[in-house]
Amino acid sequence: MASDAVVHLADLGRPKDRLQFALKMHVYLCILLICVSLASLTVGATGITPWDMAAALLRGEAPEQMASIVLFDIRLPRLFMGIVVGAALAVSGAVMQGLFRNPLADPGIVGVSAGAGLGAILAIVLGGLLPVWLAEATGMYLVPFAAFVGGWGTTILLYAVSTRGGQTSVATMLLAGIALGALAGAVGGLLAYAADDRQLRELTLWGLGSLAGASWTKVTVTVPFILLALGVAMTLGRGLNGLALGEATAAHIGIRVQRMKNTAILTVAAATGAAVAATGGIGFIGIVVPHLLRLATGPDHRALLLNSALLGASILLIADMISRVIIAPAEMPIGIVTAFLGSPVFLWILLRNRGAVGF
Amino acid sequence: MMFARQRKSLLCLFAMCLGLLPVKTVSAETTDSKIMSLGISVTETVYALNQQHRLVGRDTSSTYPPDVLEVKDVGYIRALAPEGVLSVAPDLIIAEEGAGPRETLDILKDASVEYVEVPNEPTASGIVEQILIVGRALGVEGDAQALADDVAARLADAIAAADAQPQNRKRVLFVLSTRGGKITAGGAGTSADGIIAMAGGVNAIGDVEGWKQLADEAVAVAAPDVILMMDRGGDHGIDNEGLFNMPSIMTTPAAQSKSVIRMNPQLLLGFGPRTPDAVEKLSEALYDPAS
Repeated sequence: MASDAVVHLADLGRPKDRLQFALKMHVYLCILLICVSLASLTVGATGITPWDMAAALLRGEAPEQMASIVLFDIRLPRLFMGIVVGAALAVSGAVMQGLFRNPLADPGIVGVSAGAGLGAILAIVLGGLLPVWLAEATGMYLVPFAAFVGGWGTTILLYAVSTRGGQTSVATMLLAGIALGALAGAVGGLLAYAADDRQLRELTLWGLGSLAGASWTKVTVTVPFILLALGVAMTLGRGLNGLALGEATAAHIGIRVQRMKNTAILTVAAATGAAVAATGGIGFIGIVVPHLLRLATGPDHRALLLNSALLGASILLIADMISRVIIAPAEMPIGIVTAFLGSPVFLWILLRNRGAVGF
Repeated sequence: MMFARQRKSLLCLFAMCLGLLPVKTVSAETTDSKIMSLGISVTETVYALNQQHRLVGRDTSSTYPPDVLEVKDVGYIRALAPEGVLSVAPDLIIAEEGAGPRETLDILKDASVEYVEVPNEPTASGIVEQILIVGRALGVEGDAQALADDVAARLADAIAAADAQPQNRKRVLFVLSTRGGKITAGGAGTSADGIIAMAGGVNAIGDVEGWKQLADEAVAVAAPDVILMMDRGGDHGIDNEGLFNMPSIMTTPAAQSKSVIRMNPQLLLGFGPRTPDAVEKLSEALYDPAS
């Protein structure tokens, strides 16, 4: 079994071998992502495939309108959205776990998920109170926009609370994050109590997440934003490695700790905020993917960040394929699928490697 | 009543014809387009108009009449997946208000699937309007007018009969759920409020807006004479003993007289062509439980 070899390598703990393996992993995961992407374009309720369409084009026939809509307006934007959202969640998780030196950290820890959730609830429940011209101007983008603003707002508030004299205390941030999360949850609960039947169902569905709403408009707004944030996050590898030794040591070996913390927090808030705003709450990717990779290829962040992006994208695409075919022509919310897939795999790996979790 | 019976036998005849001549019954006009029906009331109206042979898709909540379960289910009405909808290849979608999400509807528009939205107000005029819009979309205006007239007449009769009953108006509490020992009930503006009023009852919490979870004391103050519930399983499946022993309900007149009515939720709250039957049934259960 390939996974046995992976686990074996992880247990040996020889840094040089591990880094080489982690770099090789880039190639494997790229191939995986390409295969999964092609599959994602092929699988769907209608049974239309790009190969049939290509064959029709080669024969000189015009493609059917239906086929081109399904491929170009439904599956392709969904593919892009799946790749960047999966990558954003996984990389954000890896960065947060490194920054907080805590295996339980996930993108939610900077308050971005709680804040985004609160923004979405506010928009769904109170959206009807907006003046008509504003409601018409914002239309269906009101909820994602509110989620994004809520996510960012919470992060900045949290950051302000935990920064004293130019020094950010990650311990304060962790605790304040829990408090703010509880507060956001309470306000959300209050609003949910005031919500009517329709709004409640909308809230539930938003909380479970879905890629089904991926339109080109959403993709053009979300994708460049997340890619920029991810690009910045990729440069954090060395700093996060240093930080694993403790803040003081990291500063002694020449890492500008405070600047790195700022960059890490802002990029995570941007990537997760945009991802959550576009697709709703999709759990588990941010925790499972980085830990899987740490077990397989070791804790070196230089390779871990890119690997997390590639594996996160692939796993989200696989979950999305399952969500759209398992009860076709209806669709399962993707958050259910990721949790169903993620939890047992994660537990199994933990049980096989008790004590081997490190970063 | 005569009319209804005739309609029923016609329906049987039609079904038999369909069985005997499996393919060739589709007419040459626009009435052979394939339709997808979203929402309980819309689907029931499609059946009442005898257009069910054109159905290629339905939403999860459309489960009456039982035959409709054979039709493909495209999911929850507010979370439709564009490709799922296109995979059943409808020419026309008739949807209750609030179907979505918007992104899906936009893509369907691009794919030139016709889309008709039908309001679903829990009032007599709302039902008539709903039937007429569905009929127009299906290209059977004549039948729809006849059905709407029939439903309106029967509904007016049922409401008048309920109004004419000699007893005091009963206070009715519609209990949606008793999950966790908390009562969630229908206040003003809900479909439950509408049907209670039509059947000659008074909504015990008519001063509360929408569906609400009630404090135990609020239930006691509302003092319902009768509890109305849905007869499906799950957390609605609380038995009478359990219901009347709930601290919130124990002190109410309903618990003392052990009065609970359980009805099929789609019949009760669907607000479609079957609503006159629902009014009759509920009114009978309220004021004439012996029969």
